[in-house]
Amino acid sequence: MEKVKVAIVGAGITGASIARVLSRYENLEVHLIDKNPDVGWGVSKANTAIIHGGYDDDPKKYPMRAKLCIKGNRLWHEWVKELEIPHIWNGALIVALKEEDFDELEALLKRGIENGVPEMRIVDREELFKLEPGLTKDALGALWVPIVGQIAPIPAVIAITENAVANGVKTHLETEVRGIKVRNGEIVGLETNSGFIEADVVINAAGLYADDISRMVGIDYFQIHPRKGEYWIFDEGVPGPRRVLFPTPTPISKGIVVTTEISGHLMIGPNAQDLPPEEKENLATTREGLEEVWEGAKRLWPNLPPRNKVIRTFAGLRPEPTGGDFIIRAEKEVWGFINVAGIRSPGLTSAPAIAYEVVEIIKNDLGIKLVEKSKWNPYRKEITHFFALTYDEINKLVRKNPAYGKIICRCNRVSEGDILEAIERMKFIGVKTPSVDSVKFRTKATTGTCQGSFCRPRIIQILAREYGIPPWKVTLKGRGSEIGVGDVKSLIRGE
Amino acid sequence: MYDVVVIGGGPAGMAAAIRARDLGLRVLLLDDNDYLGGILPQCIHPGFGIHYFKEELTGPEFAYKLMSNLEGVEVKTSARVLEIINYSDIEKFVVYTSPEGVKKVPTRTIIYAAGARERHAFEIGIVGDRVSGIYTAGEAQTLMDIYGIMPGKEIVIVGSGDVGLIMARRFSLEGARVKAVIELMPYPGGLARNIMILRDFNIPLYLSHKVVEVRGRGRVERVKVVKVDENLREIPGSEFWIKADTLVISAGLIPNVRLLSDIGVVIDPSTGGPVVNDRLETSIPGIFVAGNALLINDLVDYVAEQGELAAEGAKEFIDNGGILSKHWIKIEKGENIRLVAPHYVSGERDVWLYARVRRPMENVVLEFPEIGKRIRLPVVKPAEMLRIKLRAKEIREAENKITIRVIEND
Repeated sequence: MEKVKVAIVGAGITGASIARVLSRYENLEVHLIDKNPDVGWGVSKANTAIIHGGYDDDPKKYPMRAKLCIKGNRLWHEWVKELEIPHIWNGALIVALKEEDFDELEALLKRGIENGVPEMRIVDREELFKLEPGLTKDALGALWVPIVGQIAPIPAVIAITENAVANGVKTHLETEVRGIKVRNGEIVGLETNSGFIEADVVINAAGLYADDISRMVGIDYFQIHPRKGEYWIFDEGVPGPRRVLFPTPTPISKGIVVTTEISGHLMIGPNAQDLPPEEKENLATTREGLEEVWEGAKRLWPNLPPRNKVIRTFAGLRPEPTGGDFIIRAEKEVWGFINVAGIRSPGLTSAPAIAYEVVEIIKNDLGIKLVEKSKWNPYRKEITHFFALTYDEINKLVRKNPAYGKIICRCNRVSEGDILEAIERMKFIGVKTPSVDSVKFRTKATTGTCQGSFCRPRIIQILAREYGIPPWKVTLKGRGSEIGVGDVKSLIRGE
Repeated sequence: MYDVVVIGGGPAGMAAAIRARDLGLRVLLLDDNDYLGGILPQCIHPGFGIHYFKEELTGPEFAYKLMSNLEGVEVKTSARVLEIINYSDIEKFVVYTSPEGVKKVPTRTIIYAAGARERHAFEIGIVGDRVSGIYTAGEAQTLMDIYGIMPGKEIVIVGSGDVGLIMARRFSLEGARVKAVIELMPYPGGLARNIMILRDFNIPLYLSHKVVEVRGRGRVERVKVVKVDENLREIPGSEFWIKADTLVISAGLIPNVRLLSDIGVVIDPSTGGPVVNDRLETSIPGIFVAGNALLINDLVDYVAEQGELAAEGAKEFIDNGGILSKHWIKIEKGENIRLVAPHYVSGERDVWLYARVRRPMENVVLEFPEIGKRIRLPVVKPAEMLRIKLRAKEIREAENKITIRVIEND
């Protein structure tokens, strides 16, 4: 059977989800392409990590978002189990601080009903404090959305990619698309920094750069501009809420969230700052932005700890498209070109649903008949986490490999065995440049109280050994972020 | 059953283990590194051991001297303690993991000597790009002196504490250019002998300044510095950028006490370590603490001394089935005292008090008003720990408390 070659540009949550779903078909040869050294390092890397409830997108204004969010929420329930993705279904409260806020909550409830969201309800003050005793005493009531959940976003992209690769998807990391070759109105392939990749179908899931990729085939009806959001993460032991807490939204933003993220750390953010289109790499945190988040979070959660309990601040960029709705469609001008662009919030939630939407587009708009594989493996096993094991389980592992008994990251209890497994998995999906961040996202090493000052040098040694390079060439996060400039005498030698 | 399990194989832990063995106790020493010595093996500069060994040694030499005296002590490296179980006042368990698997060992006492960690860039409010080239001073030291990696060429150091200054010299000696040491306070933070390094290597020191932002793609490219006023508030318009590829954070140490606070040991917010009595016993009977886990020391000699004290405490504990109840006298912090340990003294023995002042002062009296003790000092600085011996006889003159304070000499 002649296979249809499909190239997906962008290995974020959207691209990876599409790759996984397309890996199900016998007659597709799927290539997943990303310019970063590892998957999930673009928009997917830094966000609030929420599986949204699908109640706030107006189906008239944003039909794609309204349709795919709730569908995505439902699909995630299967995916987190099949792929063993860290998750929690803890629900959300959209909190009213003023009497007028209830009008907005009523509107959200009505929209939720239209969108088919189950189980929503407005709770009064008394019930609210039973749900969340630490809330500000100014809270008057809330919209209670039990279907909201949280996942770990990069581990999710990694899990999905591992499963896709296990089902035959080919990855091309550190591969930057520089041009798209079109002949007689049909896609021929991609020009990249590492050669030409033949393709019949190109799926543009390039996040912040989706407009640039689209322009390569002459389609320029939309533009993506980055919207920055900043976050604070606190040390463990700082008490946070059980549910995801939102303020009553404004027309521009869902507002600054207070939540206990998957690893148990209190997290607050994001604000929303629109950046010009050329600032797609601007991930710098700012004093102003962080202060805005702090003040915003304090309105809901007055018990913010002292600043020395902060273990990390970070910023993420959402890709805001012209028009505001997801752009998911086969472009008629170029056969085989599918835009999956402007996947802003609730993109993480919608990703699995987007993937199935793309399947429909391939079938209906491109007219490609898809043949299911007789054997497709929906499952993927989570990496070993020392911290999640019982002592008996650890001892069983140690008998096979003593490295599982040796702790490398003290704060988060990550063993050398965990790290070796992470490296094996990095190699499995084609990570060529070893980085501490690749290990971090798989094992949680370096993300604890000390932020890696003890374990980073040891992780560097392990990476250098396993990849066969000098330790100083190991990177923090890909080429250009090497740990050192040489061995200790290199400057004196004048190299 | 062990008499003592010592957690941490640095100078405090090794000195404790050696002393405990000398006192006839059965000792297990655990460390999670592959080697003993704690931070010492990476401190390849001299200045260690003048008090404790009566000779000047480098860090590795100091460690080696202790290491070669561990005969009779059971030692496990690559062994990380996961949990301390305080079964009762006289019986404890230590659960640790190593390449041999997880083991749970019973013991009568525990000496906790797990050292400290460094404050990092996020804790001191630095914003900007999260790029390679930002290291704590100790991490940079590990990279260079344990693993032989040269972190960068153009260095800015945050904090003029001892580790920061020593790393300034280390970088200079390896051919890197240290472009600035940035100190928040109006005075330098290190010992006088280390402040000399700045002049020796012609390194600019910016007092009353702070680093607020880092920018770069992949790697640090420049850092933003701003001047602060006497209340440590930033002075608008005083910002400037320094071009550098490496930012080294030397912003102080925090005792590692998580395993202790997990089981309810009372922590003193001013030292960051546990509240202890003059046997260095914590609020949980039979758990003793020494070294930087007790409070941040500036000399390793004191750290080793505390290890020995803790071992003597463990011996008394074992001999008597617990440290027998006493009339405990509380040490109170008075004027210009930021921290002091131990927190309770019995008057049964002479005691070394370790204290730090809040701010530098000249021509002062260190005073213990309740017992009429006065010591004249030409100068006190936050960087230099005060170490004062209180005699048992003096202590007994107090009723319930002894205040320690630093006042002007008039």
